[in-house]
Amino acid sequence: MEIIIYGITNSVTLVLMTLGFSLTFGISGLANFAHGAFYLLGGILTWVFMNELGIPYLLSALLSIFIVGLFGFFLYWGLMLRLRGLAINEVIATLATAVVIIEVLRYLGFSGFTYVLPEFIKGSIQIGKSWVDYQRILLVAIGIALIIFLFLFTHRTKIGLSFRAISQNERTAISLGIDSDWTAALSLSFGSALAVIAGLVILPLGSIDTQIGYDILISALAVGIVGGLESVPGILVASLILGFGQIVVATFIKAQWQTVVTLAAIVVILAVKPSGIFGKYKELEERV
Amino acid sequence: MAEAIKYRKERIDRGIKARSDTIYMLSSYRELLYILFPRVLPISFLLLSPIFIGGGYWGKVIFYSCTFALLALSWDLLASVGLISLGQALFFGVGSYVAGGFNFYFKWPLFLTIPLATFGGALICTFLLVPVLRLRGVYFSMVTLILPLLFDHLIETLEILGGTHGLLSLSPFPSHWMAVYIAVVSVILCLFGFRRLLHEDYGFVLRGIREDDRVVMAGGINIYWYKAQTIFIAAMVGCFAGALMTHYYQFVGRSAFALDNTILPLAGVVLGGSGNFAGSVLGTFILVPLSEALRALGGLRMALYSLILIIALATLPEGIFHYLERKYHQFERMVSI
Amino acid sequence: MADEVILKVENLTKRFGGIIAVDQVSFELKQGEFLGLIGPNGSGKTTLINLITGFVKPTSGRIYYRNMEITHCPPYQIACLGIARSFQMVRAFHKIPAYKNLIVPLYSPRVRKLSGGKYGERDDMAIDLLDDFGFERDSFVPYKPAGSLPHGYLKRLDLARCMALRPELLILDELFSGMTMSEVSATLPLIEKFNREGLTIIMVEHRLKELFRVANRVIVLNFGRKIADGPPREAMSQKEVQRAYLGTETEG
Repeated sequence: MEIIIYGITNSVTLVLMTLGFSLTFGISGLANFAHGAFYLLGGILTWVFMNELGIPYLLSALLSIFIVGLFGFFLYWGLMLRLRGLAINEVIATLATAVVIIEVLRYLGFSGFTYVLPEFIKGSIQIGKSWVDYQRILLVAIGIALIIFLFLFTHRTKIGLSFRAISQNERTAISLGIDSDWTAALSLSFGSALAVIAGLVILPLGSIDTQIGYDILISALAVGIVGGLESVPGILVASLILGFGQIVVATFIKAQWQTVVTLAAIVVILAVKPSGIFGKYKELEERV
Repeated sequence: MAEAIKYRKERIDRGIKARSDTIYMLSSYRELLYILFPRVLPISFLLLSPIFIGGGYWGKVIFYSCTFALLALSWDLLASVGLISLGQALFFGVGSYVAGGFNFYFKWPLFLTIPLATFGGALICTFLLVPVLRLRGVYFSMVTLILPLLFDHLIETLEILGGTHGLLSLSPFPSHWMAVYIAVVSVILCLFGFRRLLHEDYGFVLRGIREDDRVVMAGGINIYWYKAQTIFIAAMVGCFAGALMTHYYQFVGRSAFALDNTILPLAGVVLGGSGNFAGSVLGTFILVPLSEALRALGGLRMALYSLILIIALATLPEGIFHYLERKYHQFERMVSI
Repeated sequence: MADEVILKVENLTKRFGGIIAVDQVSFELKQGEFLGLIGPNGSGKTTLINLITGFVKPTSGRIYYRNMEITHCPPYQIACLGIARSFQMVRAFHKIPAYKNLIVPLYSPRVRKLSGGKYGERDDMAIDLLDDFGFERDSFVPYKPAGSLPHGYLKRLDLARCMALRPELLILDELFSGMTMSEVSATLPLIEKFNREGLTIIMVEHRLKELFRVANRVIVLNFGRKIADGPPREAMSQKEVQRAYLGTETEG
């Protein structure tokens, strides 16, 4: 029972961590290595707004989602646009941005037990024999809600449809009057905002440590690699595999072995089907 | 406004045929000097600087610069077949730990562990990375980025290979001079070797893969095999650098897999200019001493390299070396319109 | 030798999602034949070529080259067996001098086995070969980066790249598209000469007049299906072919 509960919460946590990264990548083909940094930045901004400036929680949360989203947007306009088309530079630039953000935050000392975000609802509930706090239940609910929302967003709304058009064929989309730079910038900003939302939901479970900036990136990349980067079902399945795998290993062997699960999953998937479980990369044979 | 512009800049190639790709007769000392100067200058700088600087703190800096230059060269080689590595730390770390492990647990001397780390480590890295070659795009970058970070976690949580403390008191080089000169000579060999390689037929195949892998496949060449070979060579260089550093420090720890070892060489390549190897050496030889001078900044140095990286990417996309090269081979003058 | 079947395609089918690009196509090709592959746009000609050369894997069906199954071979192996192809869109190594573009096929295991060649020798081979295709060796043309050459030159460079592989089966995908008339009339005799010397050729072409001058057999594709196969005049006179090219009678 415990395994199921923790497995599910762990899996949904992984989904939340990956969604933003995958959204940006799926739409604009931009691997946003600053994803983890945005997650961290969002958490710390919220903390600063609440504890230093005394802004109420809800407002500061919204504010930091907005600010980081805007940051993502301007990262695209200011930097990515100059480098667009050179895959080398895009990849390097996002990674460098991540390192700048994380290392500056580390230098400023945003680590440790004082930096805790509030839970949405305090307390816990007994399921079977084990206690589960409300935050975890909420996390699962929010995760599922976000997935449904994103699905509706990309399939029903105008911006969402233009996102999908870009991801399918950039040139045709441009010729149909969709501004590809605008959409790509929006996608980066949405991805960043999603990272912050994930942070606001997940971070209250522990304290903020700058190292998580890298850890989130690892998790997101691991899920993406195992599941297939741009496929949402792939991410769900990969999160379940990794999430349950980690919990099973942690309960039956040792908590420290969780990393081994991730590494093993990546190595196995690369050897068997490098494009990931649901990855379409290999079937994308260009019609020469 | 239109009348104000009376002159324009004109760029002229120096009138020496030696600039060409093909062979010409060299007819004067001037031409000979023109060709030799840019080659002799870095070699003599690299060979002589340890002597002038001596063995102290800045002597160490020369050594660091060389190891990072090796990592940067390895990055540049990968980039020349279109593989963008974000995991020079993977090569560096694997090399370090193979050398350190064999030295620590089996007490093998460093003349055995360094070659072993070079070849064995390169084999490990190649096996890890070869499956990714079937995919296009950023997958290679992602996997190279994530692997060293995962290895770092693994060593920390499982407490294998010395865990967080690392492996201590490994056997040192007989002397500082030997370490420095091994590093310097290998940088020179790699630099000129790689430059030479890319002008061989083999190198043109590699460049072809970078530009359009489908045409290369249609030309009857197994691109995966060539990419795997390139990874192996690049990994060898990276692992060698790691092994050198391990024995120089007499210590190997989790820091070998740290992101610094990726970012610093990368910043060096981008600053110096990629694609010609000389730029990467130049870039690292600027950045590493600079970062040593800024040691007081501590953790912020990483942020600083990254900032340099971003700025160089956005404002100086071709790198310093290309600029110098152009200035050397061409001169500019103002001509009236 | 003359009548040996060089290429055999059996029930080849390729789907891209819901679209059937190539539908149950079968044919045999004999040594020395000059096959024209024609059909309206989107009829699956290029996909068929991609299937034969291994760039795209078929959904079902088999391909044999000299009685050896090559259905699942990767492109480079197929190229090394002696099947060279050109690309519809110009593809070249733009930053590399034109003659160095030929180093790639010359460095392939196939050519190395056939003719050896060391550093420098391959350069000479490349320049010799390019000379035949209108890149005069004494001009600057072969030494310029391929990216700076005009379209017609790049098309011929592509052809030269195919010939550098010393192919036994040459597949040309719309070689003449974008070439000027004079370039076409300079290149056509070359291809004819290769065919006379025993090279089997498959040629996809929209310029039917030029094609029918050289091809001794055509296959017509429409919506991925083979609708005609035979000597040019016969194939073109079939009703279905005329309908495919001109539209159905009821439409007009």
